Amino acid sequence: MADAKTDKYRRVAYYPGCALEGTGHAYNRSTRQLGKALGLDLVEVPNWNCCGAMEAKNIDPKVQTYLSARILAITAQRMNMDVVMAPCNGCYHNLKKAEYDLGNDTDSAAVVERLARKAGDPSYRAGQVETIHALEWIKGAIGEQELRRRVRGGLKGLKVANYYGCMYTRPRHIFPEKDRGPGSESTAKPHFMDDLLAAAGAQNVEFPLKTACCGGAHTLSDSDISTRLVLNILQAAEAAGAEVIATECPTCHSGLEMHQVRAEKKFGKSTRVKIIYFTQLLGLALGLSPRQVGMAENVSDSAELLAAKGVT
Amino acid sequence: MPIHEQSLIRPEDLRTHEKLVVDGVDVSGHWSTFIQTRVVTDYNERLQEEIAALPGGEYIHRCWQCGSCTNACTVNAVNPDFNPRFWIYLVRMGMESELLRDKDIIWQCVSCNKCTYACPRDVFPEGVMKALSHWLELKGHTPKSPAMIFDETFAAQVIARGRIEEGRLIKGFFARTGQSLRQDWLVEMLRRMLRHLPLGLLGRLGLSSVRAPRTRGWGAAREALTEYVQEQRAQQRRALGLSALIAAARHDASGTAGD
Repeated sequence: MADAKTDKYRRVAYYPGCALEGTGHAYNRSTRQLGKALGLDLVEVPNWNCCGAMEAKNIDPKVQTYLSARILAITAQRMNMDVVMAPCNGCYHNLKKAEYDLGNDTDSAAVVERLARKAGDPSYRAGQVETIHALEWIKGAIGEQELRRRVRGGLKGLKVANYYGCMYTRPRHIFPEKDRGPGSESTAKPHFMDDLLAAAGAQNVEFPLKTACCGGAHTLSDSDISTRLVLNILQAAEAAGAEVIATECPTCHSGLEMHQVRAEKKFGKSTRVKIIYFTQLLGLALGLSPRQVGMAENVSDSAELLAAKGVT
Repeated sequence: MPIHEQSLIRPEDLRTHEKLVVDGVDVSGHWSTFIQTRVVTDYNERLQEEIAALPGGEYIHRCWQCGSCTNACTVNAVNPDFNPRFWIYLVRMGMESELLRDKDIIWQCVSCNKCTYACPRDVFPEGVMKALSHWLELKGHTPKSPAMIFDETFAAQVIARGRIEEGRLIKGFFARTGQSLRQDWLVEMLRRMLRHLPLGLLGRLGLSSVRAPRTRGWGAAREALTEYVQEQRAQQRRALGLSALIAAARHDASGTAGD
């Protein structure tokens, strides 16, 4: 099983998505650099479109299904590939959801087929492409053992709270491969990021809010609630002894960064915990430079901490 | 965690009497508190059907009121008045006026899907919350919520060009909701970012705010999506019996056709 994935995930279609070209650019950069350092091949989906994020579904759910299905269709028909990797939780979630809906809801399948024909897109049948997250990609293609072997320098016991957010595990039905017992990801208590960062030398703290919500959907439209939700997460991480919150979603990441500042300005609550993408942490552990993994692009400035810990 | 209870007795309907005689018996002191009888005259027998006709509301009939959704709810933990189980109950009972008492907070659902994860009946309460906020807006009970304005600004960009550019999105949203971009926390965040941002990236971000990123050959998709969304809207208006709105939409349509 592990061997099959090791081969299958070595060369995958890469769907960065809109956020990774904007506020999440550091995630894009560090993901590409990490792949390069580990000898993994990322082939960007040509002429991709937005997956619909968390917004298009509120205009109409099938608009989102169509937008996401177009990525799957291009991967299958134009690229002739059967695995697409999306580092963004939103993209990953939406592609998974489209896959589920196309396979289980004839109405969705019919609407998407009709829209795709009108738009002149290639057609897609459920089951042709497997969507994976960047965590599943590294875990499957490299794994902890191999990662441990390749670490140069490592994370030197950096205390990390692993934050996965909502869309990596919920709703359960769109992730049929999760909760399959040993080796599979858990939706209640995900651990892939914990596993990888531990292999890279981090010390994971017991963090109860792994899958709490950062309020990302309303980060601008209902900022006070988002700030309160983020503050909960930041304070819980600090209470658990974390120096860093590791993230695997550009919306969560920029939400935590933005509302950390907002909590300080609006509610007078400051927190010191740093927010870093897991791909940046893994890259540093492999000996990549802070510049290569885009550390300067983070709002939360972790240079001092990382230097003090001897990570950089 | 216990199930969050929702009392149907309103505090203003409780009547406590200092001295009370019922059928010649003095009950002062013992049986002094009564609930004022309340008659609900505006049952909407079609309320459940109306919600079920909107995307996300399809499975509301499955609910057996276990309360797992409210227990799991992210927003409920911040605001106890945010109570999905109670709203689903009201819809199923057709108690429209009761539902309207909470009309200004229903849109605050953050779509974290904890409710959907916990629901043993696959009601998809997250979808029901979206259907409820749509219903409130379509029926004219609430103005468009900030969340809906954000979603519309976002979707309009995607449908127009296939991709999103965040700077444009934020500017568009702040403009539509009449907020200034010079919020102290936003300025502070930018200041911190600029302190150590590489020049190359700055240039690239600047460029994308001048030339919006787009998917090539998107024209046909734009047309197909626009047409589909209009179709769905018309269908929803029919399901909600909004004949006046349909007439207005026809009027709009003939107006644009003539341009």
